[in-house]
Amino acid sequence: MVAAPLSAIRLTDLTLGYDRHPAVHHLSGEIATGSLTAIVGPNGAGKSTLLKGIAGALSPLDGDIAVARGRRLAYLPQQAELDRSFPIHVYDLVAMGLWNRAGIFGRIGGGAAAKIEAAIAAVGLAGFERRPIGALSGGQMQRALFARLLLQDADIILLDEPFTAIDARTTADLLALVQRWHGESRTVVAVLHDIETVRRAFPQTLLLARETVAWGETGEVLTVANLLKARRMVEAFDSHAAPCERDAA
Amino acid sequence: MLYDLFIGPFAEFDFMRRALVGVVALSVSGGAIGVFLMLRRMSLTGDAMAHAILPGAAIGYLVAGFSLPAMTLGGLAAGFAVALAAGAVARVTVIKEDASLAAFYLISLALGVTIVSLRGSAVDLFHVLFGNVLALDDDVLILLSGVATVSLMTLAALYRPLVMECVDPGFLRSVSRSGGLVHLTFLGLVVLNLVAGFHALGTLLAVGLMMLPAAAARFWTADITRLILLASGFGMVSGYAGLVMSYSAGSNLPAGPAIILAAGALYLGSLLLGTQGGLARRLLPRRHLRA
Repeated sequence: MVAAPLSAIRLTDLTLGYDRHPAVHHLSGEIATGSLTAIVGPNGAGKSTLLKGIAGALSPLDGDIAVARGRRLAYLPQQAELDRSFPIHVYDLVAMGLWNRAGIFGRIGGGAAAKIEAAIAAVGLAGFERRPIGALSGGQMQRALFARLLLQDADIILLDEPFTAIDARTTADLLALVQRWHGESRTVVAVLHDIETVRRAFPQTLLLARETVAWGETGEVLTVANLLKARRMVEAFDSHAAPCERDAA
Repeated sequence: MLYDLFIGPFAEFDFMRRALVGVVALSVSGGAIGVFLMLRRMSLTGDAMAHAILPGAAIGYLVAGFSLPAMTLGGLAAGFAVALAAGAVARVTVIKEDASLAAFYLISLALGVTIVSLRGSAVDLFHVLFGNVLALDDDVLILLSGVATVSLMTLAALYRPLVMECVDPGFLRSVSRSGGLVHLTFLGLVVLNLVAGFHALGTLLAVGLMMLPAAAARFWTADITRLILLASGFGMVSGYAGLVMSYSAGSNLPAGPAIILAAGALYLGSLLLGTQGGLARRLLPRRHLRA
């Protein structure tokens, strides 16, 4: 057992954005190893941008994102660039989760096949293995993507609005998977909209409105005062904004 | 009688056998490449790149006449340059890749025709634009077979990330950095096959043996392995049928266009009768299933 460093992800004066306009502004903090964190905030607060940054899909304009060494990271974006018309079966889509072990040439043998079947069964899609992905409903698709996440066997799992536009039963099933990951001491960070779900299932919360409004125990973060403050803090991009003067310490 | 029509020409004439070997080689790799072009919604990209090859091949022709190495190298250079340039323009400007490709290929086509006309006759121009599948010499056949071999081996090696890049490019990016390299290698294979096709079918029709069989195959199966096999098979059948048609029509029907017409007929037939979304299936009312 490798001694786990206390922080899985460390943000240092992080600014992320597009075309020099910050979407996340001077953010600092740590996400502890094994923690289950929700990121909430109003539209345009930079939640998805932050996740993209942590996943390495967007380079910081300023500051630094440090992911603990040797940790495997899995990222489920909000709008997967998935081509659902591509002729491929659920089984093969889920099997992609084995990339880290199989790579380009690695054989996907009997042991792996059992793992794939188990992952598909775990998300309640047993019997759907040979369905083309184009024939899946929105909820079934999300289940399939969670099965792929299961196979990725990552230490840090980033989920961007995983339950948006998903029916209640699927949400409950997938939430149970998130809890299972938490129980396995994996670090999970999820962008969520439904405050009730956050209160019920996520011990840690980052309330974001481009800058940190509050970060810590969910109960202490999600107060009425904080939520109001978050709403006020997000303003539209100012296309004539001057360069930020704040010291990048 | 049947022998005279379907086998005789190939038994009798060396150039017919060579033509057949040539189109079979082109179909083997062209089918697979075509399937991936189609699934990645890059059918028109393939078309545009086929045109882009022209000025390079034309410069080769200008320098060395109808020389296989010169025209091949010229074509490869021009094809790669346009593929990279179009990608780069799309990445750094507001123009999308399809628009920038359209711009590049129009320029290329005009430039190529001009360059060939500078030195050659109308016959030469015709040869460059439509190829001469009935005049394949040993060197061209070796080139076509070599390209088919290299393409198939590369596709086999890249198969997994290539499929992943088609289905879910975001996911491939999140687990591997190979996406860009895979994309570039694939574009390289496209250029390679187009240059090979250019020698047999000319710059305007080279893409025909890639796209038409692939598009036809899509009407029969939704399984990617079968798509590739079927597309290659359709290509070979088209090549054979086109050669037979052209031979029996005497000198009235040029072989290259006949091959593409045969592929076109296969496509239209599949569009009409195909089991996967063919028109006939849509028009015939069938009761829906229980579950």
